[in-house]
Amino acid sequence: MKGEPVTTGTSDYSVLAEGLRKSYGDKRALDGFDLAVPRGSVYGLLGPNGAGKTTAVRILSTLIRLDSGRAVVGGFDVWREPRQVRRRIGLTGQNAAVDEIITARQNLEMFGRLFHLGSTRARQRAVELLEQFSLVEAADKQPKDFSGGMRRRLDLAASMILAPEVLFLDEPTTGLDPRGRSEVWEAVRALAAEGTTVLLTTHYLDEADKLSDRIAVIDQGRNVTEDTPAGLKQAIGGDRIEVVAAEAADLPEVVRTVARVAAGGVEPETDREERRVQAPVSERVAALTEVARTLQDAGIAVADIGLRRPTLDEVFLTLTGRTAGEKESEAANKNKPQEGVMAA
Amino acid sequence: MSGTSGNTRASGTAKAAPTPVIDLDGPERRLYWAFADCWTVVRRDLTHLVKQPSLIAWQLGFPIVSVLLFVFVFGSAMDVGEGVDYKAFAMPGMFAMTMAFGFMNTAMAVVIDKERGVTDRFRSMPMAPSAVVTGRGVSDVLHAGLDLLVLALIALVVGWRSDGGLLATLYAFVLLLLLRFSLIWIGVLLGLMTPNQEAAGNLFAVAFPFGMISSVFTPPSAMPDWLGTIAMWNPVSSTANAVRDLYGNPMPSGGSWIEEHALLMAVVWPLIITAVFLPLAVRKFQHLSR
Repeated sequence: MKGEPVTTGTSDYSVLAEGLRKSYGDKRALDGFDLAVPRGSVYGLLGPNGAGKTTAVRILSTLIRLDSGRAVVGGFDVWREPRQVRRRIGLTGQNAAVDEIITARQNLEMFGRLFHLGSTRARQRAVELLEQFSLVEAADKQPKDFSGGMRRRLDLAASMILAPEVLFLDEPTTGLDPRGRSEVWEAVRALAAEGTTVLLTTHYLDEADKLSDRIAVIDQGRNVTEDTPAGLKQAIGGDRIEVVAAEAADLPEVVRTVARVAAGGVEPETDREERRVQAPVSERVAALTEVARTLQDAGIAVADIGLRRPTLDEVFLTLTGRTAGEKESEAANKNKPQEGVMAA
Repeated sequence: MSGTSGNTRASGTAKAAPTPVIDLDGPERRLYWAFADCWTVVRRDLTHLVKQPSLIAWQLGFPIVSVLLFVFVFGSAMDVGEGVDYKAFAMPGMFAMTMAFGFMNTAMAVVIDKERGVTDRFRSMPMAPSAVVTGRGVSDVLHAGLDLLVLALIALVVGWRSDGGLLATLYAFVLLLLLRFSLIWIGVLLGLMTPNQEAAGNLFAVAFPFGMISSVFTPPSAMPDWLGTIAMWNPVSSTANAVRDLYGNPMPSGGSWIEEHALLMAVVWPLIITAVFLPLAVRKFQHLSR
C-alpha cells in the first residue's frame, strides 16, 4: 500500500485516512480504520478505552508508523512526507506536554524556535498566544504551579504556534476538573471559529456532543458509524415519547394509547412505580399530538408528557454493546440487561 | 458548536497574526537546523539550572557527603599503601565516580520528557529529530563540566592538589568528561526503556556497584581476587587511575596490565561504550515510532 501514488483532491478534507492498520504483536489496535475530516470542522472520534483512538491520532500526527493503509493530512502523506505534515499540525496529547520548570513564556518561545520561526518571531508569537489563551498574568510563572486547565491551555497554545491547519486533541480534558474542562472547551471552540480543523478524541460523550460537528464511533480498531451528533441520536433509537400518568389506575389506558403510536409496533416500556410509559416513535410531533389528544378526550390526567432524544450514552451502548470509558473486561459483565435501557 | 459563547477569548488576536508557512527547512538547511535545534534544546536545560540551582546541589550531594565520610570519617583507617595520603587517592576517584553516576541524570531527564509527552511533542514538530538526542548529550556534558568545577573547588578546600602540569590537569578533566559523554548513551537507552520516574529511581541499584566496585575508594588489589579483577576492568577504574596519574596523585599498584595502561584505557573504554550504546540508543529512539 505504501508505494501507491497519493491521489490529491483532498481539498475538502483536512484529514483523509483509508484502511489504517496497526498491530502490536497479536493485538490489532487499528483494523482497517477509515476517516474523513472535512476542512474547518470539529470532528469527534469517540470510543471506549483501547478502541484505537490514540493509535489513530498518533499515526495521523506522524508519531508512529502504520502497518498498512494510507493517511493524508493537510494534503501530505503522513508516511512519506512527515516533515510537511508536521508543519501543518498541532498535537495536544493526553498529558500537558510542556516543560514544568521554565516559564510559560519560555516554553512558547522554545517551541516557536523549534518550529523554526526565528528568535524575534518566536518571541512575538509567544506574546500573541499568551494573550489568546488568557495566560498573560501567568506568563512568567512556572507551569508546575498552574491549575490543570491553565496547563492544558498552555499546551494548546504550544500546539497553535504555526496556526496549524489541523489540530489533534487526544482526550484533551481527561483528568481535569469541571472548570478546567469548560476552559478547554471554550479554547477549542474559539480555535474552531477561526477555521482550524480539530480532530478530537474522547470517551466523554458529552464532550463529543458539545464540541463536534461530526462524530465517528470507533471500537476495536474499526469504524462503527459516522454522523452528526443529532443524526447519531436520531438514527439509533430515534425519539421516544414519554408519558407519566397522574393516577396508577390509568396506566393500562395510557399504555394502550402509547402503543398505538409506537414505531414498528414496539411494546411500550412501563415503569409502574413512577407511572411512566415510554416508547420509540418515528413521527415525533404527530405522535405527541395524538397521544395528548386521546388522553385528554378520555379524561385521563397526565402528570407529564414529552418527547425525549436518547443520550449519546444510550447510542453508544447500542452501537458497541458497552458504555464509553469502560474497559473490555468490564464490558462482559455490563452486557447483561440493564433496567430502563433501549428497546430499539 | 455553540458559535457565539466561546469566541470572546480569541476575538481578533490570532487573525491579526497569520503565520505563513515559510520554507526555511529545505534539505540544504538540514545541517543548520540540526545545530540550531540542538542549541535550543540545550538552552532549555541551561535555563533549568538557572531556575533550579538546587539541581546541582542535589547532584553533588552524594559525592560531597562521600568526600566527608571517606576522607574524614573512614580516612584515618584507610590504608592504601605506605605513606600515601588517602585524600590524594580518593579525590580523583570521587571525580570519576561523579561522572559514572551521571548516567542516572541523563536517564531521569529522558524519562521525564517521555512521561510528560514533551518527547512526543518534539517528534510531532518539524524540528530536526536528531536535536532531541544531541541536545540531551550537549547539555549533559556542560552540566558535568559544572559538576566537576564545583567538586574540584571543594577538593581544593579540603586539601587536594594536582601536582601535574596545567596541561596534564586539563587533560585529566577532559578524560573525566569523556567517560561522562560515553555514559550519556547508556542513560538515553535506559531512560527510553524505563516506564516512569519512580522506576528510574531504581537505577541507583545499577549505578552504585558500577561506581563503587572500582578503584575509586580502595585499590582492587586489596579486594578478593575475583572482585578485584572486576574492579580493575571497570571503566570507572581506568578513568580514575588515569586522572590520578595526570594529577600526580598516588595510584593503586596491582601491577596488572589494565592498571599499567590506565591512560590508554581511559580513552579506549569510553570509545567502546559509545560505539556500542550510541547506536542502541538511537535505534531505541527510532523505535518510538513503532
